[in-house]
Amino acid sequence: MTTGAQTNNLLEVNHLSVDYLAANGTVHAVNDVSFTLARGEILGLAGESGCGKSTMAYAISRLLRPPAYITGGEVLYYPPQRDETMQKVSRRGTVKRVPGEPIDVLKLSAAELRAFRWNEMSIVFQSAMNSLNPVLSVGAQIMDVLQTHRPELGADGRKKRAIDLLNLVGIASDRLNSYPHELSGGMRQRAVIAIALALNPELIIMDEPTTALDVVVQREILQLISALCREFSTALIFITHDLSLLLELADHIAIMYAGKIVEKASSKDIYEHPRHPYSYGLLNSFPRLHGPLRKMVGIPGSPPDLRAVPPGCAFNPRCPLAFNSCQTVIPTLQSAVSDVPGQVTACHLYDVRMSESGPPTTAEIAQGYEALAERSNA
Amino acid sequence: MSRSSSISMPLPLSRPVHIRLLGGLSTVWKALTANRKVAVGSGIVAFFILVAIFASVFIHQDPNLLSANANQSPSAAHWLGTTATGQDVFNQLVLGTRSSIFWGFITGIGVTILSIVVGLIGGYMGGLIDEVLSLVTNVFLVLPALPLAIVLASYFPRGAQTISLVIVVTSWSWGARVLRAQTLSMRSREFVTAASACGESIWRIIFWEILPNEISIVAANFVSTTLYVILAEVSLEFLGLGDANAVSWGTMFYWAQKADALLLGLWWWFIPPGLCIAVLGAGLALINFGIDEIANPRLRTEPVPKALKNKKVVA
Amino acid sequence: MRHLIRRICFYLVALWASITLNFFVPRLAPGNPAESLLLRFERKGPVNPEALKALQAAFGINTSDPLWVQYFQYLNNLLHGNLGISFTAYPTPVATVISQDIYWTLILGAVSVAISFVLGCLIGIVMAWKRGSLLDTVLSPAMTFLSAIPYFWLALIIVYVFGFSLGWFPFSDGYDTSLDVGWNSDFIISALYHAILPALTIVLSSVAGWMLVMRNSMITTLSEDYVLMANAKGLRSRRVMFIYAARNAILPNVAGFALSLGFIVGGQLVTEIVFSYPGIGYSLLQAVQGQDYTLLQGIFLIIALAVLAANFLADLLYTALDPRVRQGRSA
Repeated sequence: MTTGAQTNNLLEVNHLSVDYLAANGTVHAVNDVSFTLARGEILGLAGESGCGKSTMAYAISRLLRPPAYITGGEVLYYPPQRDETMQKVSRRGTVKRVPGEPIDVLKLSAAELRAFRWNEMSIVFQSAMNSLNPVLSVGAQIMDVLQTHRPELGADGRKKRAIDLLNLVGIASDRLNSYPHELSGGMRQRAVIAIALALNPELIIMDEPTTALDVVVQREILQLISALCREFSTALIFITHDLSLLLELADHIAIMYAGKIVEKASSKDIYEHPRHPYSYGLLNSFPRLHGPLRKMVGIPGSPPDLRAVPPGCAFNPRCPLAFNSCQTVIPTLQSAVSDVPGQVTACHLYDVRMSESGPPTTAEIAQGYEALAERSNA
Repeated sequence: MSRSSSISMPLPLSRPVHIRLLGGLSTVWKALTANRKVAVGSGIVAFFILVAIFASVFIHQDPNLLSANANQSPSAAHWLGTTATGQDVFNQLVLGTRSSIFWGFITGIGVTILSIVVGLIGGYMGGLIDEVLSLVTNVFLVLPALPLAIVLASYFPRGAQTISLVIVVTSWSWGARVLRAQTLSMRSREFVTAASACGESIWRIIFWEILPNEISIVAANFVSTTLYVILAEVSLEFLGLGDANAVSWGTMFYWAQKADALLLGLWWWFIPPGLCIAVLGAGLALINFGIDEIANPRLRTEPVPKALKNKKVVA
Repeated sequence: MRHLIRRICFYLVALWASITLNFFVPRLAPGNPAESLLLRFERKGPVNPEALKALQAAFGINTSDPLWVQYFQYLNNLLHGNLGISFTAYPTPVATVISQDIYWTLILGAVSVAISFVLGCLIGIVMAWKRGSLLDTVLSPAMTFLSAIPYFWLALIIVYVFGFSLGWFPFSDGYDTSLDVGWNSDFIISALYHAILPALTIVLSSVAGWMLVMRNSMITTLSEDYVLMANAKGLRSRRVMFIYAARNAILPNVAGFALSLGFIVGGQLVTEIVFSYPGIGYSLLQAVQGQDYTLLQGIFLIIALAVLAANFLADLLYTALDPRVRQGRSA
């Protein structure tokens, strides 16, 4: 078992599965997902609606609501090697750990989970208006986190820290006692980010934080997030369906489809040479501002019903380059091309054991999509 | 890209009447039995309605028949004993069901109709009409209904019609307020704009376009109103504002109080009518809560999955 | 502030409406009830002129003044606290009759309603928090049944079981009639002892309503995002339950509290009748059965005034709890 000192990893998710046990069938929202996150890394999680990205984020922080339940896997968290590591005495008890060993978040007891939450991992929800308590002022909502987890700060200390946090995200100090309905949309999102930063966590999960905002405000918030994460070396898992955002913001991007990660690579690699046909489709679903005029193709078909995922590779009904192995064998994440080891993809096209012809080039994937588009038009 | 499919289904209105009727009935049946609370509640209410309709089947004597066997506890001859004037309590109870159910539902319908009219007109028209109607609604809402009903009923001749009318006058405001709020939000929907663009008259829009979309609220309102109305009617009759010579659950209480049934320990006189009211009321309340659950899925109880019980999964 | 001033104006309008109703209904009723009242008064004995004037103003008998003059006379009388002479308690003025009763009613009512509201909300919160547990599955249908039971029937049952059969508590009057009325401990203890059964009736009848509304409101609130965020923040469950969830969930109940006050008052009146409690309810029964219109009107006005005042207090409470209302927006 690797220790925190040996790797630079912050989070290791191994074979995580989440099911929605509903009355009309079990929905496999997250299907055997594994990935690692390094300290200070910004990981983007992209995919269509319903691919399981939000579910996975909530599963990592154990915020799932019934009927969603985690049915397998582990989430290993490597606490930072600081002097006062993990001896965060909250009112409910200490988090047990053996120095050097990771903790499995899924196995924490309720009291340990409460001490763990927000200290190590915080979360920014999609709608700031809905995630702020309408009857409490914004300042009170920052300060109650401080009161629970940092009881040694007095009332003055809390107030000062709250004001510092608001200033950090660009909100004036006199807004400390404002209620959420008195702030604009952009300010509310900043306030929620301020709350997320309150205890200097190691990891922040952001679930589509800018989707509800207009484009100008979106850009400001993204710049803010980027600057803050670099400054505090906070790791970030940024969930969105808008791949273009991630190309600018994230270090690494993981693309999900039907509950599995189908490709994970640095943003530069994904932009220059997307390997998985789905990644290519997603990347080319929005028009480019420059370059020659192309026909926009999109990805024909629609995501599968997660109660009945197609056998083999879940993408095979829609894939332009599918072949016979795709319908029988589930692909696993493997390095796509030998000279770019960091780019892993779950596609048989890159598996020499499965595919006789070599890995397809980007142009071949493009041709495959155009052919598919023409066939469906006919 | 498009494969147009020819419409091969027959248009709905072309099916024969009896098939449409059966279809409608089966929809209603499904709605009634889908939710357990609604099913149980509807069963209770249906039972009382049946008793009310077929009352004469159960009674063999005139309930008002005086006899010499006064104040007797339940026996084979008199299943629920007798009153202070020798009348059979069971007979009175069964016959009283008819009056209480009939007036209860009639009044409930009256209140519902009045609140629909005020709520929908105010909500749709807006402007001065709405302001005036809202003010009147709010004033009636805030005045205490039962005391007002008592005062109003005292001036008029005693009887079930008076009670019914007075209750209609004092209880329409709550439903009107709810429906007005709902109509306000419906007014800006596109189907309303389309209807008025087609030149439909205002009345047709209000009662043929908007009202059908609010049926579930109206249904819930009707159920809770009927519950309140039955309780109010019984209270008013208990005070002596009803027709003392008629037989209903409320008048049974009135006579029981007058005869000091409590102090004499004649429990069979005043407990059964109250029990009937309570059970009927519970049935109506159950229907209400069931409708609540249907409308708001969050309130439904989902069974806990077995895997969680076996601790195989983590929440 | 502006919001509160608007509410005060509204309540004044409502009060004016009740006064005006009181003024017009006897004049519109069939059979001229006012004339018969005057006849009955005269049969009892000479009516003193002031009372006669009050009767004239209130009912429009024996006077040739135009309607609006009568109306202003009536208003004038009211402002001076002259509510007329009671027929059934002749020759006591109505105001005196009411002021004797009102303490009993107010104390019983205020205490019972407060207890049932607080108890109902607390139980509702716990039931929603522990949804699906044994407590919840047993209490929910039980409370549904309880909320449908008419007040006075529950009163009768309680009187019969606890007062008559078991003899644990007294079941009539407000106090032991052999004692002197006054602030001595004997009297107070006796008063409390006599108040237990009526209070129990009122609490049992109304607690179910609060509880079920609170439970449903709480369940809906618990699925809101800000409660999820509060849990994610690692706050203690008590804080999440009360400050985040309950504080938002209670708003519909506070709004509903004001509206249901009229209903509770009605129920309390009937309960007092069953218990022969020396409150307004008993006087009301006398007034109805004796066709004492002056007393009836007086009681109604006082009740209306009390309910409006309580509504206003509930509005104040709601404004304090929900900051969104202060700017004139509704929640």
